[in-house]
Amino acid sequence: MARPRKKRNKEIFALGNEAVVEGALLAGCTFYGGYPITPSSEIMEIMAQRLPLIPNGSFIQMEDEIAGLGSVIGASLAGRKAMTATSGPGFSLMQEHLGYGCITETPLVIVNVMRGGPSTGLPTSPAQGDVQQARWGTHGDHSIIVLSASNVQECLDNTIEAFNLAEKYRTPVILLIDEITAHTREKIIIPNPDEYEVFNRIVPTMPPEWYKPYEETVRGVPPMPAIGSGYRFHVTGLTHDTNGFPTSRPDEVRELNERLFRKIDQFLHDVQLVDEVDTEDADVVVIAYGTVARSAELAVKQARDLGVKAGLLKLSTLFPYPRKATEKIMSKAHTLVVPEMNMGQMSREVKRVNNGQVSVRTINKVDGQIITPAEILKVLTRV
Amino acid sequence: MVDMKGTQLIHEYLRHNKKFPHVFCAGCGHGIVLGSLIRSIHGLGLSKDEVCVVAGIGCSGRLAAYVDFNTVHTTHGRALTFATGIKMAKPNMHVIVVMGDGDSMAIGGNHLIHAARRNIGVTALILNNNIYGMTGGQCSPTTPAGSFSMTTPLGQMEQSFDCVELCSAAKANYVARGTVFHVKKLDKMIMDGISNPGFGVVEILTPCHTQYGRKNKYRTPVDMYKMLKKDVIDIDRYEKLSEADKAKKVPSGVFVQKDDSGLEEKFYQMAAKCQGGA
Ligand SMILES: Cc1ncc(C[n+]2csc(CCOP(=O)(O)OP(=O)(O)O)c2C)c(N)n1
Ligand code: SF4
Repeated sequence: MARPRKKRNKEIFALGNEAVVEGALLAGCTFYGGYPITPSSEIMEIMAQRLPLIPNGSFIQMEDEIAGLGSVIGASLAGRKAMTATSGPGFSLMQEHLGYGCITETPLVIVNVMRGGPSTGLPTSPAQGDVQQARWGTHGDHSIIVLSASNVQECLDNTIEAFNLAEKYRTPVILLIDEITAHTREKIIIPNPDEYEVFNRIVPTMPPEWYKPYEETVRGVPPMPAIGSGYRFHVTGLTHDTNGFPTSRPDEVRELNERLFRKIDQFLHDVQLVDEVDTEDADVVVIAYGTVARSAELAVKQARDLGVKAGLLKLSTLFPYPRKATEKIMSKAHTLVVPEMNMGQMSREVKRVNNGQVSVRTINKVDGQIITPAEILKVLTRV
Repeated sequence: MVDMKGTQLIHEYLRHNKKFPHVFCAGCGHGIVLGSLIRSIHGLGLSKDEVCVVAGIGCSGRLAAYVDFNTVHTTHGRALTFATGIKMAKPNMHVIVVMGDGDSMAIGGNHLIHAARRNIGVTALILNNNIYGMTGGQCSPTTPAGSFSMTTPLGQMEQSFDCVELCSAAKANYVARGTVFHVKKLDKMIMDGISNPGFGVVEILTPCHTQYGRKNKYRTPVDMYKMLKKDVIDIDRYEKLSEADKAKKVPSGVFVQKDDSGLEEKFYQMAAKCQGGA
């Protein structure tokens, strides 16, 4: 078969929120359901314009965020790649349905453009206060994949990644960005179709009578048919057996819960995405994510100019926390610096992995302002 | 449509791999609704694969697990939101939502109003037993003033919702009220609700003797069915009553029937135009 003709990459000047939409559409998203909230609203507004233009695309503005995520789950069960976007208060409302998505193994993407909190907080100021909510906001013990993005290009790339991971592991994936990245306008490259991978959920091929919707597989991820495709089965938020019917038999309950963890934990190398800058010989390494990682990158460069052996570990995946990558840099560095626009939600994870081995310095800021390169540089030159 | 009667028909649609017995108390009206739903779908000649039953949480919500369709047991009060996503994604499917009175009008009240307003093409069956069955008999938004429940030990002092008035005001395309005592009529209403375009609501009065009856002088299922027989009358007869007599009766029948096209139909027609189609 002929390879697709190599087209020149398209360059556009886009907002972070616009880049999210581009990424979603490239990944094959055909359904958006949600409720507007600053600073995420542009994602919804652009989706409302773009989705009706693509075959099978559909868009709906629901009455609240609970309904928004409910409609996304429904559409995903019916075979669509579906997403919603929101900000802090809306993300809180979505939590029950997030848990439903986890236990029913429904692929979906939630973008949370974080704003200052608690409560309605600072609607148009940046913050990184929803990190632990993304991990633990819904009730019950569960695994989850949380990504972030630190610039507009990554908004596009990591949205594609979010859809791919959601489909591959049949799970909700959360993309956390902050207000600055969402509202920054930058030149980005829209990749050609042969330059990125698109993963679609695996559908069953066996006769419908043989299909067991929640049966163990080698990857731990059961195939998933669309509603209406001839495979009729029951979907429930109750703990269920391999047929999908409610159970409280300890062996069946354990099997389901353990598989839900295992299906993600056994592929940590695939889901834990990080970038490293100058870490090979670094004595002090900044661990950062989101817009703060950009400040950190500049601070590291300036520190190097001043003769400090500094490096950066930029997290694209926040959860499952990239332990291996952290351990690797800890084997050489004597200090880790974790700057975040919260009181220490990610440094908590870093300290957990570090377990007292090297020194961990935190930089925390909760005044609705970004952490500047100078603020990070100050710490880098003093340790 | 194959001609099948009674249990033969029921067995055709029940799930054989589901562990029985079911969760309903003996004498609960929810089982009658299940039978009525099966007869209606069979009567319309729909294939199992073109039907999706979406249910909320409550005794009523358990109904979905037993029938051999595409079934989704959702979260408390939110069944309509899931159904909206399914219908938008698969406009050719018949999406039927089963909810309790607490499910649909308390926690899910907002979704009910908006599903009706936007006229999404799903059919909502509201199993109204005037009480929270599954959680042990607390009052619901339809518990009649003065009656007793676990959380209204002094008698209900709030006013109750009239499901038909609520859904009519919210502009649902089809609004009907039936009971599990008047089964033939109920079958017809559910069939009409499913075949009518846009958002349809069938409120089904169904007894919960376990939680409502025992606190309100209807100790047995039979007492409750007698009450339905006596108190619920056809809307034509109801209209002729004096105001004083009306207060003692509940009207049943079809209250609203419009044929506006559903939201999903409008959306895809408009989208086709935008994509350069006819
Ligand atoms: C968010 C949430 N709140 C509360 C509950 C507990 N709960 C389960 S069923 C139910 C009420 C069910 O009553 P109704 O909807 O009238 O249905 P019935 O059981 O009478 O058929 C409640 C409050 C829940 N499951 N989820
Ligand atoms: S508690 Fe009431 S509603 Fe629930 S199964 Fe028993 S009789 Fe039916």
